Amino acid sequence: MLKRAHFNSSWLPYALVAPQIIITLVFFMWPAGQSIYQSFLIEDAFGLSTEFVWFENYSYLMADSLYFDTVFRTIFFSMTVALLSLSIALLLAGFADRVVRGAMFYRTMLIWPYAVAPVIAGALWVFMFDPTLGILTSWLDEFGWNWNHRLNGGEAMSLVIIAATWKQISYNFLFFVAAMQAIPRSLIEAAALDGAGPFQRFWTIVLPLIMPTGFFLLVVNIVYAFFETFGIIHVVTGGGPAKATEILVYKAYSDGFIGLDLGSSAAQSTILMVGVILITIIQFRYVERQVDYA
Amino acid sequence: MIEHRPFGSIMSHLIIILGLLVIAFPVWITVVAATHDSVRVTQVPFPLLPGDQFFINLKAMFSNSEEAIGGIPVGMMMLNSLIMALMIATGKIVISLLSAFAIVYFQFRFRMFFFWMIFVTLMLPVEVRILPTFEVVADLGMLNSYWGLTIPLIASATATFLFRQTFLGVPDELLEAARIDGAGPMRFFFDILLPISRTSIAALFVILFIFGWNQYLWPLLITTDKSMYTIVMGMKSLLETADGEPAWHIIMMTALMAMLPPIIVVLGMQNLFVRGLTETEK
Repeated sequence: MLKRAHFNSSWLPYALVAPQIIITLVFFMWPAGQSIYQSFLIEDAFGLSTEFVWFENYSYLMADSLYFDTVFRTIFFSMTVALLSLSIALLLAGFADRVVRGAMFYRTMLIWPYAVAPVIAGALWVFMFDPTLGILTSWLDEFGWNWNHRLNGGEAMSLVIIAATWKQISYNFLFFVAAMQAIPRSLIEAAALDGAGPFQRFWTIVLPLIMPTGFFLLVVNIVYAFFETFGIIHVVTGGGPAKATEILVYKAYSDGFIGLDLGSSAAQSTILMVGVILITIIQFRYVERQVDYA
Repeated sequence: MIEHRPFGSIMSHLIIILGLLVIAFPVWITVVAATHDSVRVTQVPFPLLPGDQFFINLKAMFSNSEEAIGGIPVGMMMLNSLIMALMIATGKIVISLLSAFAIVYFQFRFRMFFFWMIFVTLMLPVEVRILPTFEVVADLGMLNSYWGLTIPLIASATATFLFRQTFLGVPDELLEAARIDGAGPMRFFFDILLPISRTSIAALFVILFIFGWNQYLWPLLITTDKSMYTIVMGMKSLLETADGEPAWHIIMMTALMAMLPPIIVVLGMQNLFVRGLTETEK
């Protein structure tokens, strides 16, 4: 961790870490603490009085079936986004790994959606699925499907999933391609000499070897779907219709900023915080294990 | 290629091309919508080929923005986005370089404590501390300012880890040699560490620029003054005013402007981008 050869100075290192530490304290630690503190308070509707209520906000949430609907919806949403974008990226990376000519060109053409902001991605898809003039809606119409995500909750959820998946494919693709390139060619060649065809080689050699990358990506994708898709949902459906696309982050935001139920919003944020901490621990334990085997 | 299978090879190309056509389709439609006039865009069937209104729409977006998009000047929003992205990327890199330098090259009390404190920020994305962070920024009088837009976002555990990793790979002999030549810590930092780390810095800059440009929730919370809007969050208000009479051709032109700079950065600095992405996630 520390260099064998290092400097000895009494004040300089403190000055060097100071900017980072001050920002961390003021904008991370203090707000996180406040969030936990606020989750123990109930404020009346006019903000005139606050009462310390211990875990009442949490017990309200735990007794609220709507909250659990949101929890399950979030799990469904993020698992679907993660699995869809992982499988599409894996498919594309598998084929991209086979081509000799144009591999660079394909990579270039596949990575740029990463740069598109979630909100913009949402705006593009909501335009194509616009119930009156969207191009995809008019195609669906030819098959007799009356698409209207403003009224139909299932269609709204599908639209949000499509937009979120679209944006994440490039990220997964890049990591899968890198993992596949790291596999020694001799392994693949040996299998080919033993008579294994392309698909058999993929199933028995490539796939097991890129599993660690797959697991890492699964965690990253779930975190992405939990938090970073806020913009997509905000612009595409606004959590509607009838809360059909309201995920946990969106609920914490709308209960706090729009509903002004500060205590409940803070309790929800605190629960989310615990979730992130758990995910981070899982991720790091996994990284440690990877280092051990390397 | 292991064996010669012309059919398999053609299949691979076809599937990838199909995949990238599907992925590019939304952006193609955006370009199409941005190059037609307001009448054509709202007619069914929707055109599949670009029209000839690109420069007219572009001009309308920049000059006539008052009525077309609810009084938010697009040029101003793009400038705000640029300033925000540059401040976030530069700020994160500078403070992370300094703290990584302190943690790797100095022995001091609370060194590990500080390290863990930086680590913990990984676990506190802005989404889980929305309200209290907003209150802090409001109390500091930083609403509707570039400082408020950027400072709360520039603590960075990933950047600190990346630089820590880079510094740990620097041979000890360099420090010993610098010492013998009488260089102090800051001289060593500027003349030796910075030049050695420049590829990491550049790669990280690409990633952080995109991260900064694409910020949405945070600007949405702390800017109420239209002159501080960023282009990414401006999209939302465009779509909201569009409820009455959607000026889709202008909206899609604006979407194009909002995604163009980060896409140019990714494509123009592709190798740095790939490197930055894979390194920061390690």
